[in-house]
Amino acid sequence: MARLAQLWQAYRWRIRRRYLLARAIRRRHRLTAVANRTGGIARNDILLFATIRNEATRLEHFLAHYRALGVNRFLIVDNDSTDGSRDLLADQPDVSLWRTDSSYRLHRFGLDWVTWLMIRYAHNHWCVTVDADELLIYPHHDTRPLPALTDWLDRQGQRVYPAMMLELYPKGPVQAQHYTPGDDPTALLRWFDAGNYSLIRQEKTRALWIQGGPRARMFFADRPRHAPTLTKIPLVRWNRRWVYLNSTHSILPRYLNECYDQTGAEAPSGLLLHTKFLPQVVDKAAEEKRRREHFGTPELFDSYYDSLIGSPDFWTPYSQELTGWRRLESLGLMSRGGWL
Amino acid sequence: MTVGFIMMCHTAFDRAAQVARYWGAHGAPVVIHVDARVSRHDYMALGRQLADLDNVSFSKRFKCEWGTWSLVAAAQAGAEQMLRQHPDVNHVFLASGSCLPLRPVAELNDYLAAHPQTDFIESVTTAEVGWTVGGIDMERFTLRFPFSWKKRRRLFDKYVALQRRLGVKRRIPGGIVPHLGSQWWCLSRATLSAILQDPDRATYDRYFSRVWIPDESYFQSLARLHSTQIESRSLTLSKFDYQGKPHIFYDDHLQLLRRSDCFVARKIWPKADKLYTNFLAERPAESVAEPNPSKIDRLFSKAVERRTKGRPGLYMQSRFPRQDHENGKTSAHYSIFQGFSDLFENFEGWLAKYVGARVHGHLFGPARAEFAGGAAMFNGCMSDSATLRDYNPRGFLTNLIWNGRGERQCFMFSPRDTQDINWFTATDPNAQISVISGAWAVPLFHSNRDFADIRREAARLQQIEIDHLNILRSMYVKARVRIWNMADFIENPMEPLQTIIDEISPRATRRLTEAPQMVDLTGFGQFLQNLRNQGMQPRLMGDFPVHGDLLTQPPRRGRPYLVK
Repeated sequence: MARLAQLWQAYRWRIRRRYLLARAIRRRHRLTAVANRTGGIARNDILLFATIRNEATRLEHFLAHYRALGVNRFLIVDNDSTDGSRDLLADQPDVSLWRTDSSYRLHRFGLDWVTWLMIRYAHNHWCVTVDADELLIYPHHDTRPLPALTDWLDRQGQRVYPAMMLELYPKGPVQAQHYTPGDDPTALLRWFDAGNYSLIRQEKTRALWIQGGPRARMFFADRPRHAPTLTKIPLVRWNRRWVYLNSTHSILPRYLNECYDQTGAEAPSGLLLHTKFLPQVVDKAAEEKRRREHFGTPELFDSYYDSLIGSPDFWTPYSQELTGWRRLESLGLMSRGGWL
Repeated sequence: MTVGFIMMCHTAFDRAAQVARYWGAHGAPVVIHVDARVSRHDYMALGRQLADLDNVSFSKRFKCEWGTWSLVAAAQAGAEQMLRQHPDVNHVFLASGSCLPLRPVAELNDYLAAHPQTDFIESVTTAEVGWTVGGIDMERFTLRFPFSWKKRRRLFDKYVALQRRLGVKRRIPGGIVPHLGSQWWCLSRATLSAILQDPDRATYDRYFSRVWIPDESYFQSLARLHSTQIESRSLTLSKFDYQGKPHIFYDDHLQLLRRSDCFVARKIWPKADKLYTNFLAERPAESVAEPNPSKIDRLFSKAVERRTKGRPGLYMQSRFPRQDHENGKTSAHYSIFQGFSDLFENFEGWLAKYVGARVHGHLFGPARAEFAGGAAMFNGCMSDSATLRDYNPRGFLTNLIWNGRGERQCFMFSPRDTQDINWFTATDPNAQISVISGAWAVPLFHSNRDFADIRREAARLQQIEIDHLNILRSMYVKARVRIWNMADFIENPMEPLQTIIDEISPRATRRLTEAPQMVDLTGFGQFLQNLRNQGMQPRLMGDFPVHGDLLTQPPRRGRPYLVK
């Protein structure tokens, strides 16, 4: 009987996956190509997928970071930017740009758009799927480019690479800092929480549910369930029949989510440095609160936005300073997993 | 006299060409075998790249598949060609396209000239190798393997199982003692030609062509027949990961590779530009160092261990062990004290004085996590919020121990606290749990609450403590558990305290001089009687006389009740 129930569950997830794929295909016309340079994608290229909205201040460093890692192609959806992001991106020789003015929220927080682009272009490529404020790092990232990692993962027979979000913050109130657009945000956001993360295995999707970090302790201490999910699976050798389920927290089919070791060993993992808390986050929070495009039930997050608008100071004497990947690894936030 | 190289190539031809050119230009003949599955276009391109070197040639091509005879056949063909075309070659070195010379050819020539008759080939009897993956060692030589391990794994496994069941065994040709070893060898002309010109070669070849992974055993076994002097080690530095796949070297391994003093290393990541430019640069031959891969062994064995065992007590995004597979539920020893803070005034302060540890208050207290020193936060930015803690109590505990590693963590516990961690701590060998049962009643005794309330609360706490004690007395306990009832404990508190403290810091030989200050218990016996009179039966405190003070009675030697 339990076996039957399992089969039924598996079938329901299969239906769900196919529904999400169909939905993305049906909605592909909501995207208008601004600059389509996908013709030159080579077989071994590493692709990056992102949806952005008004990220002009970050984009320059974002592109530089991923180019330095060895990402060859950027496939970006611009959701109605008004700050010049679109022109900036359209001029880049390695960026293919689409635009849409549809609702982010009603398109699964941009996933419908990205899913379509991934069906169309990502098959069998290593793909990075991130937001503009997420910078991927991994052990040895300072000396080995991303293709070194993906080649190694290929040899290990691993198609999925987890990298949880590590939220960075400045010392002092967020808005009291000064950030020049184009600068490396991690030069300003130098601090992080090293060991206050809660991990739970979600039996339904088999993904880990990681929560914690500065936002959980500052804004969600009274309702930890609503604290942001930090699980991320941003680097995948993609298959066109796969689909991200919610944000890049989990994937269907479900077995892909089990990229953590369950026998006591240590699988490889990286980190997504989350550079959300630049000074402009305060103004952005006011706008986001108004737009009500937050994941889940937006009303629940009003007090969170209010706290952000108040320019909080996340720093504590227990905060760790960002010094390099070796420190992050020895703290147990990520792991080489045998990649020497 | 010089060394000659056979290179087995199937990919990254630019790098292979670079290395072949380096060897060829330094006077070492090179015979290149290119996998027959490589396209004609790539093959021709490689040929054109090396056309100007007359000591670089190409051998007959075989379709090479991992673990099959084709690799040996290719090596044989290459070796025959090498011996035939280059009479000045005294040693033949088998290398792959992803090998990189770490030392100048002249240094290798000098080294081999000093050992003219020696064969450098790792060759170990099957009984002694510890590195076979898949559990098949001697059976490699006695079973048949018609199915590909890489492509037809299930058939492969099934057929092996069937043969084991039927007990079929192949006969090993006379004179051969199976030996295994790294497929990257360096053999002397004498030995190699003896192997290739052996009158029984046809028999051996037929036998080995059906052995599993013959490239790790053909030359390794036959060299034992013909060699006069075997040095059972490979001159090629090659390290393996936990799956038995070779480690790949990157630019940042430059110093590591230098330090090894090996002549050749594999595998090199084809895009490791710095390694290729550095090691293929012109350098004078000056070092006479013996190759010494053991200098860097530790690093690799640690990497394998990290992958297969992980860091005990760490729960993170790529290590989330199932229950009972934790390989260390927590990362360090810690101590839990139940009842002590109720019975003694400022027990935390007293304990901190006697043990070099971080002594927290009630970490799982109902109002907040009472970190040591009343701090609102702990290492790793752990918050003292009770809601956050109770959202994932086990995670809170493992985080605390992990974040406090390097320093022993001690904390107070009581039935008033969150109880969700009880099974976890009881089954954790790192935990030291000391319980004075019934001590939770002391704060009630001192409180001014309505007696009906007190009775209700006492009944609740007693039930919680009974449940906890049942866990601590179960057969699954792995923690170091000590339980006293309150009456026994206060009769003679020094001895149990000394035992606990000795266990926490075994090297401190200091005797306890001063007992912690006990709270005033005058009238406690009457209090318990009042509870009884109200219909609640206090069961965990031991025997307290209703009248008079327990402590005035002559002390009896109390023995701690030790579970495991």
